[in-house]
Amino acid sequence: MANTQSLLATDNITMQFGGLRAVSNLALKVAPKQIVGLIGPNGAGKTTAFNMITGVYKPTSGRIVFDGNDITGLKPNKITELGIARTFQNIRLFSSMTVLENVLLSKHVRLKANWLEAIFALPRYTRSRKKHIEECMDLLDQVQLADLAHEQATSLPYGKQRRLEIARAMATQPKMILLDEPAAGMNPQESLELMDFIAKIRDQFNLTVLMIEHHMEVVMGICEHIVVLDHGEPIAQGTPTEIQNNQQVIEAYLGAVDESA
Amino acid sequence: MDNRQRLKTLLTIGLIIVCCVSLFFAESYLDNFKARVLNLAAIFVILGASMNLVLGFTGMFSLGHAGFMCVGAYVSAILTMSPESKEMIYFMEPIVPALANIHWPVLPAIFMAGLVASFFGFLIGFPALRLRDDYLAIATLGFGEIIRIIVTNTITITNGSLGLKNIPSIKSMYLYWGVAIITILVLKQLINSSWGYAFKAIRDNEIAAEAMGIDVFRHKLLSFTVGAFFAGVAGALMGHLITSIDPTMFRFLFTFQILLIIVLGGLGSLTGSVIAGLVITIMMEVLRFVEQPMNLFGLVIPGIPGMRMVIFSLLLLMVILFYRQGLMGTREFNWDWILNKLGVKPDKGKGVGANG
Repeated sequence: MANTQSLLATDNITMQFGGLRAVSNLALKVAPKQIVGLIGPNGAGKTTAFNMITGVYKPTSGRIVFDGNDITGLKPNKITELGIARTFQNIRLFSSMTVLENVLLSKHVRLKANWLEAIFALPRYTRSRKKHIEECMDLLDQVQLADLAHEQATSLPYGKQRRLEIARAMATQPKMILLDEPAAGMNPQESLELMDFIAKIRDQFNLTVLMIEHHMEVVMGICEHIVVLDHGEPIAQGTPTEIQNNQQVIEAYLGAVDESA
Repeated sequence: MDNRQRLKTLLTIGLIIVCCVSLFFAESYLDNFKARVLNLAAIFVILGASMNLVLGFTGMFSLGHAGFMCVGAYVSAILTMSPESKEMIYFMEPIVPALANIHWPVLPAIFMAGLVASFFGFLIGFPALRLRDDYLAIATLGFGEIIRIIVTNTITITNGSLGLKNIPSIKSMYLYWGVAIITILVLKQLINSSWGYAFKAIRDNEIAAEAMGIDVFRHKLLSFTVGAFFAGVAGALMGHLITSIDPTMFRFLFTFQILLIIVLGGLGSLTGSVIAGLVITIMMEVLRFVEQPMNLFGLVIPGIPGMRMVIFSLLLLMVILFYRQGLMGTREFNWDWILNKLGVKPDKGKGVGANG
């Protein structure tokens, strides 16, 4: 790990909310094209870690380096522009918009025209917009949502809303995508599809994936590296097999067993 | 495939011709009073549409619209009044020399009014838009009042609480409705552009919008500034319609009248604001009879001023209780909608790429 160039590195980041230490001294290294799982019991600070990486919270201490840039404390939209996209634990689609419009929104920052050009529909804007619509339709085609492009986003079935959220994040052309419980609420069949989907987009778009997940089948199935958090502290890191056999992890999930007896 | 597109273009051209013709007939045949009511309706249409951009489309609960109108009305009035009438009106304290001899034509003055109002919008938006919801409402309400109080006290520029009279009067419906139509077209273009979708995204889910790379603050400021621009334009028109203005006209109660229009028309529907703006302004005049003394089946009711507002309040209450989305909700009254109602088949696969 140490000698490979890492895409994302957090240098002992800590998040303190008043007297509560939600995350303490998290050192995370993610190599390019890796699928990394972040697991841990409820309240372990996984989503807080995500929020720090994506700029929703500013870490109390520590540094976050992404792709050679120090992104600690940058605003979320700047971090997205640098190439980190995310999905949310509770789906946050734009409810008044169609599937295509949701995805198209991620292209807004890439628009090479200003708002006055948009009002007068000048060629630079219309050309750029048209290109983005085509790109988004291609993207929807790849995630098998093209036939639903003009449906209301929130009218989609749950699994497809999850997939749309991933597609929307991918439309920002990220180098790395953070998935917050992508399999939450999915049945086994849907989770299997999701695993294939994540592996597929990783290969297709050269993405690096960092995911929070509770479905152990999904995590053990596709993650190459796993980090376990408990009470805000990283307690173990390693391959799925290492994690499965790690005593500390088992204790964190199931409680300690008094084996001296 | 482009049959429907062509049909829509034809319909749009047809509508514009119908508008022009009816404007021509209105201009030639309506009496002064009716023309004036319709002109006032145009002003309320501009106000409703621009406030809907801020409130309905961007989701910012801002109540400072009357303040920006005030700025616009004063800017246009000072720029267009003749030097002689300025000398006459500013009798308490003379106007500052720099403004004394300015005498602009009306159209550039109205545009300037919009620009100055949007500058004020920018200044106020910069601190205030860091707030949200009710806090933003209170802050903008306060700023709107501050503008009014500044206007009351800068006597050498605005003539203070005496107000301005003899503002060049314009009766042409072409001006009022022309500006209203341009406003609607500009706002429609903005709302249907990528920026408009960014505004709606901020309204729907601010956190997600930010995570998709949208600079939330800058977009809010843009929406707020554009809204202030058109409020300023409407204020300027208001000055030219009634030819005299004073600071008490632009109390925050005025903002609630606009709020009434956009709530009844539907928050987030441009066409809703247009329809509601027209209907409410006309109803304001038609309902004047309820303020006259009446004889209802032997029951004599004395004339009570303000009865009209009671009717509007009841209407608002009904809408909020039973029909919360207003007349149009977030839908738009457009050709697609009409054609769908009429059963004209939409083009399948419009805008769909490769393998749609």
